[in-house]
Amino acid sequence: MENKRQVLIKLFISTLYLSAFTFGGGYVIVTLLKKKFVDEYHWIEENEMLDLVAIAQSAPGAIAVNGAIVVGYKLAGIIGALTAIVATIIPPFVIISLISVFYAAFRSNAIISQMLEGMQAGVGAVIASVVYEMGAGVVQSKSTSSIIIMVLAFIAACVLEINVIYIVLACILLGVIRTLIHKRREVK
Amino acid sequence: MIYLQLFLSFLQIGLFSFGGGYAAMPLIQGQVVTGHGWLTMSEFTDLITISQMTPGPIAINSATFVGIKIAGIPGAVAATIGCILPSCIIVTIIAKLYLKYQNMDALQSVLTSLRPAVVAMIASAGISILISAFWGSGAAIALSDTRWTLVVIFAVCVFLLQKCKMNPIWVMLLAGVMKAGASLVGL
Repeated sequence: MENKRQVLIKLFISTLYLSAFTFGGGYVIVTLLKKKFVDEYHWIEENEMLDLVAIAQSAPGAIAVNGAIVVGYKLAGIIGALTAIVATIIPPFVIISLISVFYAAFRSNAIISQMLEGMQAGVGAVIASVVYEMGAGVVQSKSTSSIIIMVLAFIAACVLEINVIYIVLACILLGVIRTLIHKRREVK
Repeated sequence: MIYLQLFLSFLQIGLFSFGGGYAAMPLIQGQVVTGHGWLTMSEFTDLITISQMTPGPIAINSATFVGIKIAGIPGAVAATIGCILPSCIIVTIIAKLYLKYQNMDALQSVLTSLRPAVVAMIASAGISILISAFWGSGAAIALSDTRWTLVVIFAVCVFLLQKCKMNPIWVMLLAGVMKAGASLVGL
């Protein structure tokens, strides 16, 4: 592998580039990270990358940010993680800053405000379609506990309007209890 | 201290959003719309729309957008740092443990319990967005006040996404064009 400085520069440029041009969420950017660092640079092995991706997906926070952290950390420790994070954040930060400057003027334009109103129905449809696919996945898993969790969480969030943080905490607790019970059974 | 408030709110969003993509959406709504009233429901929906059409995670886009609106660029920086701080710490620790032990069973088990709840929470946030689109922010839900043009646009979009597998960015743009067109002909 090249010396550390060159690794950091390459890491910075590739994550900056990926973050600026990747539309369509964390899962896409993680695939592109794999292409760059496994297939092109050969800095990380394929199997290890799969586990790094699993870490990025299972830790809290945005997958793109988590992916940049694991890859950066693996390649160059804490400095690598920081380099990758800064590179990942700069593009959305700059783009959204520019958009927010124009947002107020945009919103008051008659045609654009009509368009944004229509797009609210459009984004609602996109979310409905995502929920339908994810929900169908849960139902098809035929796991009764998963379906019960989904129904209860929906009632808690939508009908009872309980803060989602408590729902997340309850599920984490449930997961920990399940692991403990599972371990105990294995011991017996 | 508005900077501290922004930092702490987005810290919670970063800490409790599991599963990527839309998973952060219900948390952002809880903090930014319901909790602090920094955005109205329709501004929030605009933000989600803008996030869909620009690169970058929803949480980071929201931190920048809300931060700038409430407290300018320093506010955006405070919110963004809050948003990524939990990731930085937790991911580094897990990566360290993984590189040492190469085993993540406990984490996977917690995720199995979380995943169905995340779907339900996204559904709930999606419903608030649709209510705001069909009846306007804060208005009571009454059949007579329904904006039927938007209901039709919603139905067309669902069809294009599910049956024609059209790219979501194009579907959203088309929804905007349809509404602008409808208002031009006076619907």
